[in-house]
Amino acid sequence: MTIKSFCVALLLSLPLSAQAALTLQHWQTPQGARVIFVESHELPILDISVDFPAGSARDPAGQAGLAQLTHILLDQGAGGLSDTAIAHRLADVGAELGGSFDRDRAGVSLRTLASAAEKNAALDILTRVLQQPDFPQAVIKREKQRLIAGIREAEADPGTVADKAFYRALYGTHPYAHDEAGEPAAIERLTRAELQRFYRTHYSAPNAVIALMGDISRADAEAIAARLAGGLSNAATVPALPKPGPAAATVQRIAFPSTQSHVLVGAVGMARNDPDFFPLFVGNYVLGGGGFDSRLMHEVRDKRGYAYSAYSYFLPMMEAGPFQLGLQTKTEQTDDALKVAQATLRQFIAEGPSEAELTQAKANLTGGFPLRIDSNKKILEYLSLIGFYNLPLDYLDTWVDKVNAVDVAAVKQAFARHIDPDKLVTVVVGSAR
Amino acid sequence: MLGMRGMLLALLVVGSAQAAVTDVTLDNGLRVIVQEDHRAPVMVSQVWYRAGSMDEFNGTTGVAHVLEHMMFRGTKTVPPGEFSKRIAAAGGRENAFTNRDHTAYFQQMQKDRLELAMQLESDRMANLVIRDDLFAKEMQVVMEERRLRTDDQPQSVVYEHLMAAAYQESPYRRPVIGWMDDLQHLTAQDARDWYARWYVPNNATLVVAGDVKADDVIALAKRYFGVLPARALPTRKPQDEPAQIGEKRIVVKAPAKLPYLLMAWHAPVLRDWQKDTAPYALQILAGVLSGNDSARLQQALVKTQQIAVSASAGYDAVSRGPGMFMIDATPAPGKSVDELEKAIRDQVGRLQRDGISEAELARVKAQVIAADVYQRDSLFYQAMQLGEYVTAGLPPAALAHRVDKLRAVSVQDVQAAAKQWLQDDQLSVGVLDPQPLQPQTHRAAVPGVRHDN
Repeated sequence: MTIKSFCVALLLSLPLSAQAALTLQHWQTPQGARVIFVESHELPILDISVDFPAGSARDPAGQAGLAQLTHILLDQGAGGLSDTAIAHRLADVGAELGGSFDRDRAGVSLRTLASAAEKNAALDILTRVLQQPDFPQAVIKREKQRLIAGIREAEADPGTVADKAFYRALYGTHPYAHDEAGEPAAIERLTRAELQRFYRTHYSAPNAVIALMGDISRADAEAIAARLAGGLSNAATVPALPKPGPAAATVQRIAFPSTQSHVLVGAVGMARNDPDFFPLFVGNYVLGGGGFDSRLMHEVRDKRGYAYSAYSYFLPMMEAGPFQLGLQTKTEQTDDALKVAQATLRQFIAEGPSEAELTQAKANLTGGFPLRIDSNKKILEYLSLIGFYNLPLDYLDTWVDKVNAVDVAAVKQAFARHIDPDKLVTVVVGSAR
Repeated sequence: MLGMRGMLLALLVVGSAQAAVTDVTLDNGLRVIVQEDHRAPVMVSQVWYRAGSMDEFNGTTGVAHVLEHMMFRGTKTVPPGEFSKRIAAAGGRENAFTNRDHTAYFQQMQKDRLELAMQLESDRMANLVIRDDLFAKEMQVVMEERRLRTDDQPQSVVYEHLMAAAYQESPYRRPVIGWMDDLQHLTAQDARDWYARWYVPNNATLVVAGDVKADDVIALAKRYFGVLPARALPTRKPQDEPAQIGEKRIVVKAPAKLPYLLMAWHAPVLRDWQKDTAPYALQILAGVLSGNDSARLQQALVKTQQIAVSASAGYDAVSRGPGMFMIDATPAPGKSVDELEKAIRDQVGRLQRDGISEAELARVKAQVIAADVYQRDSLFYQAMQLGEYVTAGLPPAALAHRVDKLRAVSVQDVQAAAKQWLQDDQLSVGVLDPQPLQPQTHRAAVPGVRHDN
């Protein structure tokens, strides 16, 4: 299947709707885990996610990959059940256990039928996976090998090579600099004791954010959350990550045997709690977040045919995440395409959006808000996000108003505060020069 | 082929808790399918054309997909780029996709904006303007898309080359995006011819799912699409694939770090959903091999023997053309592709010799039943499935009864299907032979094609 445009809009903003107001219920378990719950009985499904500040930014020095490997191993043997037994018991009741992992977060999610037998069997497995991972020695060896193979395989993908170089150039010695999967040499050295220690100190009740969505009552949700948090360690919440400094202007060209160059341009952007979140988010729609509605797509793709995809986004993280602009183009025209992208960015920062562009951006974002919360799965993701990043409980209720409040001056000022067009990091992988 | 038909209304109850599917054909042959779902105040509208890469001819491969791009580049009354802009202004998300069997266009919006989607979609069904200058630009974009998705993705190259070898007559041998040489020589007139041939109401299905009333949708469809005239469609030749009479092998040498193995057996697909049995058995078989984290391939090859770092099986029972049962895998460090292929063949041999256990069968069925509930959480997926079934010539009833048919599969059915279809003579094997990632010799800088407008 080929798709006309893939929206590279890592949608970093979470909107909730005015007309379909959701009732978010929030509490803490006795062990200190934070819980957010939405009760919904329209489908006989229960979705749960449990997140911890245990992403790759928590890798100790010299142990890049520890967080990722710990996360991988959670369901590969737990509570006395083998990896096979865990997979079979879940499949037997049609339950789906998922994982998510990035620089900030490590999470486990469960989707199960809400009927008692299925739900109970699935929750039993989730509880073991969260509370009693066994870290079997033989499985550690196997999963190290698979993780390293995945890293090696990705070295043949120019997009991944560009992305890794981009983060390194942007973050230098900050924990966001290294790749989420870690470094092969460091992964080789990791020991079972290190995995267990990382697990105990990060996967604790005070660190946990539990999100529940679906066909259970409040009383059931409380009981489930208490049970999930009950067997976790009581290790204190992890300390804040250091603040990343601004990156120096650099241009890196990495030769690569691909037909296209992958071009990334960017800067250290914004943290999730940045007061400029909405001006940057809405403004970026005009620059490169709005797909065919954006200037980058118009200049790079529509007008010049330089690329299939041209985009920009802010990835708000616990500390300032990246602002990234990207495109892929055949190597021979790399510099031409890069110039167009740079000029588009520079002009946007200097002049901001036009009134008409901003009106269009706000119309799309606010008019599309109901689509952001039209399924249990999407709502669960918002719950987890609100919990993990300590966003206000009315985040979704006020989202539309906050988008509407953004004006041209606010966008201009916010971009000027965050993006210096003379201090951009540029990475080109595949250039023929 | 859809001819001119009178109004035909079929109501069909899909599962107990789910709303009915409405299936209507307008006088001009446009089929309209509505799935009501009132959980959220939104809807998805999709127009499916029964025209995909399998309907192309040699020399103009990729034209179906190129036309899909041109559908956003203006009509007699809607200027280039305006379609997307109007949908965006109404808060919508929109896109399109092209496959071997079909080309489809969709909008996801608040429920009260369906009329806008229909107005714009019906307009470009009849009034597209393909300008030479915009076509030239768009071809550059499509070639970049091919480089991005295929040329620089070694596993995609293996897939493309293997399909070209495994199929001899079937148009499935050609890549959806088209061969690069064909793209370089495609003309705006090729795209206009394609549009004139296939973009007619009697070759299309409108699928709407969401917080809508079927009667309202049908009324809107009549108003906007009903006025478009039907046109005779060209005869489609069957191009049936002759039986393969011996194993085929291809090797792809490309810059990569790890080898990769792809094995594909010709297999049947669903034609008569009530009588056919093998397609259901093959779906279960794929589930037994790789439906969960400890299914057979994962368990045997990745976890126990540790000969692979990944392995999976896939089979699609619904398509207009012929089917394939596929297994792909990446060998573990220090293991060769040959060893891996032998281990996979050993797994296939066991299936044929010993069959599967009742526990495995029950496990896959439990997953099928649960997945059927889970998919109701996605409006878009529900509409997708209806569109795929109908475009492949299957009625919505086939989808409604899919779970029942899968539940009826026995261990004997699965073993019989493995014996009949996973035979060496019908197998094609593709191997990625990784080449060093050394940079290519420096090419002289060639100025890109410049477009200054």
